[in-house]
Amino acid sequence: MTSRRQFIEHSTVAASALAFPLIGGAQPKTVKIGVLHPVTGALAYSGQQCREGALMAIEDINKSGGIKSLGGAPIEALLADAQSTPQAGAAEIEKLNEAGVSAVVGAFASAICLATTQAAAKYNLPHVVDVGVADQIVERGLKNTFRFGPGYKKCAEIAVANLHVLNTAAGKPARSVMIIHEESLFGTGTANLLSRELPGYGYDVKEVIKHANPTRDFNNIVLRMKQINPDIVIPANYYNEYALLVRTMQQQKVTPKAIYSVLGGAASSYKFVKEFPDAANGIIDCNHWFNPKDKRSLELKKRVEAKGLFFSYELFMTYTSMRLLADAIDRAKSTDRAAIIDALSKSTFSDHIMPYGPTQFVNGQNMGAQPLMTQVVKGDIKVIIPRDYREVEPIFPLKA
Amino acid sequence: MFDVSILFASLLNGITTGAVYALIALGLTLIYGVLHIINFAHGASLMVALYGVYFLKEHAGIDPYLAFPVVVPAMFALGYGLQRGIINRASHGKDENILLVTLGLSIILENLALLFFKSDTRTIETAYTLTTVTLGPAMIALPKLVAFVGALVVSALLVWMMRSTDLGTAIRAVAKEKQGACLMGIDVDHVYAMCFGLGLACLGAAACFLLPAYYVNPMVGSGFVLVAFTIVVLGGMGSFEGAFVGGLLIGVVESLGGLYLGESLGQVGIFVIFIAVLLFRPQGLFGARA
Repeated sequence: MTSRRQFIEHSTVAASALAFPLIGGAQPKTVKIGVLHPVTGALAYSGQQCREGALMAIEDINKSGGIKSLGGAPIEALLADAQSTPQAGAAEIEKLNEAGVSAVVGAFASAICLATTQAAAKYNLPHVVDVGVADQIVERGLKNTFRFGPGYKKCAEIAVANLHVLNTAAGKPARSVMIIHEESLFGTGTANLLSRELPGYGYDVKEVIKHANPTRDFNNIVLRMKQINPDIVIPANYYNEYALLVRTMQQQKVTPKAIYSVLGGAASSYKFVKEFPDAANGIIDCNHWFNPKDKRSLELKKRVEAKGLFFSYELFMTYTSMRLLADAIDRAKSTDRAAIIDALSKSTFSDHIMPYGPTQFVNGQNMGAQPLMTQVVKGDIKVIIPRDYREVEPIFPLKA
Repeated sequence: MFDVSILFASLLNGITTGAVYALIALGLTLIYGVLHIINFAHGASLMVALYGVYFLKEHAGIDPYLAFPVVVPAMFALGYGLQRGIINRASHGKDENILLVTLGLSIILENLALLFFKSDTRTIETAYTLTTVTLGPAMIALPKLVAFVGALVVSALLVWMMRSTDLGTAIRAVAKEKQGACLMGIDVDHVYAMCFGLGLACLGAAACFLLPAYYVNPMVGSGFVLVAFTIVVLGGMGSFEGAFVGGLLIGVVESLGGLYLGESLGQVGIFVIFIAVLLFRPQGLFGARA
């Protein structure tokens, strides 16, 4: 648990570490931004990756002269921990508000984002959602909420449409599907969308299985899978469970025609590919992904790897979200919350590494945001769809 | 309806998972069942042992099963030291203090792990991690089978120790009548610490058996601790046979429940049984009527 003292301590450390060195003249006031993620608890790995992304962005912004329209004011991060629960996330918003932040970036998980955006709305506090794919986050008419990435509806639609394209091109070898999802808002919502979309394309959804976080053992789920023998397995869950599920499938020698993830927690994760190259091989994922043709994304990847970290979607999504916010503050020429909200709603931010084009918010959702389809090929993650970003030809089905 | 082969595989999976639960519960039954110390740090201690096994494998190349002679004594020493140096001193003999001290310990241990090891989920690769053994129509992971046999052996050793050694007699005496044992010349503080040490040594053994097929992160213990408490009460407080059978039973119920009701709802079975036992046989399956 993070105590108030810990919170202040962390914030001070971060602030001093990131303080912009000024040469002469009056020091411009810093711009305080809340960086709120689940850095402890079940989602700690993802939360820490997000935090790292935010801090790297702040480091870059401050190094290149801070917020220019505010006389080069540096950004000061106030770090907060949602402890992997919505309640703790909402409580941290109260603290951040008291600490006088101008905006918040966070909070990774859908269920947490749902709570934190609402808590922030009470104070008209701008909240940039970095990941949080549940569409309810931007469907409640909250004026302070802006999501940079795509929602799960868009991801599910794109994933199903592309599955159909791949399957048709291969002579329709796959007909039956089994969905395995985690039980919170993200997994349940994604699974519901998929089970609604898939029959329309002629797929038979044989079974939808929900599991808890954490789940200690996937043997039963894999045994059910054995019994049903689906052509395609679609997992929608977080890293630990995803990894355990795929390893158990490998152990029980269950080899469907494709493991086709939608926002799969480990499917397009360099960590997973490195640790379990055999289990990961061939997995397709529809997920947040950077533009592989943009040199800057590869430079950022190198920097992240030099720190001994993996270049995961959490990291580059929060990195870019923070840059989006800094761009808005720069255009707002103010740390006033209403001015930042106004600037965000009119944002055309395009200086980023995502395959989105210039930002355009409608009711808080970035309309250009889209996921990419990736496949694990020879120990690396490559983009297969859409064609504009394609690095390798897709392999589908994995077995005849 | 499921295939017989699927049912058999699920049953086998339940029994082997249950054996590891049993091993974790045996450690707890020593501490909680015999000495009535509610050890909230049991899960965190398991996490420490798992990290021990992990680092021995990653940095010294020691296979998890060969790490046994290192991890088990180290966990014993940790348990002994914790009880004598911290829990005993800080609790001043009051149960409610023990509760808070062990809770505090678990928070400290988990956060230290977060600080030093980060929240990454770590796994190890061994040559046999994904090896399966075919038993009739079912396939079972080799590490699970090893864990089952290992848990049997460790439990047998513990039962023998409790029944046939001076230490076992002393532990039973202290559990029954602390003051009387003290008057008979038994060093009660030492017995408490030995018990705690043995309890944690069981976790060391469990960690060696678990890690080849499992993972470790700072929060890994919490998943096991509630199940372990359930098993101890289900089996009968302080009963080793009870803890072992209870562990297997919980493993099977969880496995079959998961198969029929789905993973989320599958665990309901555990608590339905738990409540039924409390209602109809409150002393537990193997506990003597008070």
